[in-house]
Amino acid sequence: MSWEVVIGLEVHCQINTDTKAFCGCSTVFGAEPNTQTCPVCLGMPGQLPVLNTLAVDKTILTGLAIDAEINLESKFDRKNYFYPDLPKGYQISQFTIPLVEHGHMDITTKERGDRRIGITRIHMEEDAGKSMHEGLEAVSHIDLNRSGIPLMEIVSEPDMRTADEAIAYLKNLHQLIRFLGVSGADMEKGQFRCDANVSVRRPGEALGTRTEMKNMNSFRFIKQAIDYEVMRQIEVIEDGGKVVQESRLWDSVKSESRSMRSKEEANDYRYFPEPDLPPLRVSQLEVDNLKAGLPELPHQLRARFEAEFGLSAYDADVLTQTRELSDWYETLVATHPSDPKRCANWMANELLGRLKEMGSDIANAPISPEAFGKLMDRMADNTISGKIAKDVLDAMMNSGISADTIIEEKGLKQVSDTGAIDAMILDIMAANQGQVEAYRSGKDKLFGFFVGQVMKASKGKANPGMVNQRLKELLQG
Amino acid sequence: MDIDVQKVAMLARIRLTDDEATELGPQLSEILGYVDQLAAVNTDGIVPTAHPHDAAMPLRANIVTNGNHRDALQAVAPKTEAGLYVVPKVIE
Repeated sequence: MSWEVVIGLEVHCQINTDTKAFCGCSTVFGAEPNTQTCPVCLGMPGQLPVLNTLAVDKTILTGLAIDAEINLESKFDRKNYFYPDLPKGYQISQFTIPLVEHGHMDITTKERGDRRIGITRIHMEEDAGKSMHEGLEAVSHIDLNRSGIPLMEIVSEPDMRTADEAIAYLKNLHQLIRFLGVSGADMEKGQFRCDANVSVRRPGEALGTRTEMKNMNSFRFIKQAIDYEVMRQIEVIEDGGKVVQESRLWDSVKSESRSMRSKEEANDYRYFPEPDLPPLRVSQLEVDNLKAGLPELPHQLRARFEAEFGLSAYDADVLTQTRELSDWYETLVATHPSDPKRCANWMANELLGRLKEMGSDIANAPISPEAFGKLMDRMADNTISGKIAKDVLDAMMNSGISADTIIEEKGLKQVSDTGAIDAMILDIMAANQGQVEAYRSGKDKLFGFFVGQVMKASKGKANPGMVNQRLKELLQG
Repeated sequence: MDIDVQKVAMLARIRLTDDEATELGPQLSEILGYVDQLAAVNTDGIVPTAHPHDAAMPLRANIVTNGNHRDALQAVAPKTEAGLYVVPKVIE
């Protein structure tokens, strides 16, 4: 009998504000330890938190982008636990009435097709500081610069059934958040972290006991951790055992998870309403204004690129991965509208391929959309062939020189003059009379040989379309 | 009301002897019993409130107002090293 896997995800996402959630401390990443702290985020007695208005707006914006309801009145609660990187002894969070509820995210996977994943809620909370243990014997070091940085916790329904679906959901969410500009979502900097709740059951049965995999910050590790946990749970049950509800930590070096037993007993957070903060009220007008300012979202852009520019689903997907990419493409086709499909193709394959090899990205591309567009134009007007254009692109990216100058200086202009092409063809026919005879007596396959010879003789500059056409005529004799 | 005093103490990181726990148990039960009188009040039709004041939360502008006062702030810390707080080893 088969097993059904049930996955729910919690994503902690840092909101990219200039200041922390409840105080006026800077949030700049990478500052000297503990230089961005104050009595509020250090949990000194008598200090009162005041919520950052931009963090509220960005959480609402995210809620609107997932078609969720915005609670015009929400409240904050204290989540109590002890850890040295949590100076107050509690985290200010939203427990009973979060700012955002009942949204969803559409995903597509090969195996299971199109599915809608429910998003239970998005609530606001504050980050903890950072503990460091490595290389230390009997002590740990604490940096509280991160303490109090605003987070949104995005909680999904247990709607995913495979690790691939979980990854598809996370990638869509990550992309959306970056498009909205509500978070840097840099996973290496811990700005987008994921907890996965995983359980298994026989199809049709009630939910099985779940375990929670904590704090993963790479798509690859998340997939590995989920796959591992599914196998582990199935083994436990098939061996006659029972899955224990617990938090587990993924060890990416050993590729296995281990129980965080110490957390188990402390897992009693004794939430209660935060007495230092009255309810958060937002007006419908504010929500409507934010809604009016929503940018075009990735799935909308993808659909428009396919409809408006005739792009393949693949190219549309590649070019909407980030806002920088889609903006670059839109500038490209706005200035060079002759062939949006060619532009997309060349951008997705040739340009991005080269950037990837250089370890760079579109934001740091050494050429502008306008310069790239010129190269597209030179193919469209038959000045150069696609093959030559690749060499020109290499030269452009190395030197920053324009396509026209490179074509001019290196003499790369395509030969489209019938007379010149005919002369080359006739020379080659004269030098290869045996092959000409053979072709004429029915060896059609030799046509490719002649094309190759002509292109070689022209150093790749002959217009391939014309070479084909003239060769056919002249070979027929 | 029965209370697991040692569990509550553990969650609050307070170390109690068994004698203390035995003494505190009935006291805590009494306090809870007192507060529990509230449960008898009929609250049908009353909208729950999260805060005693009927006020909305004032918000702060997203502007940095705090500078670096590390030395002053760390002066009260039991132990620091290279700008970091030093605590007994904690690791999962």
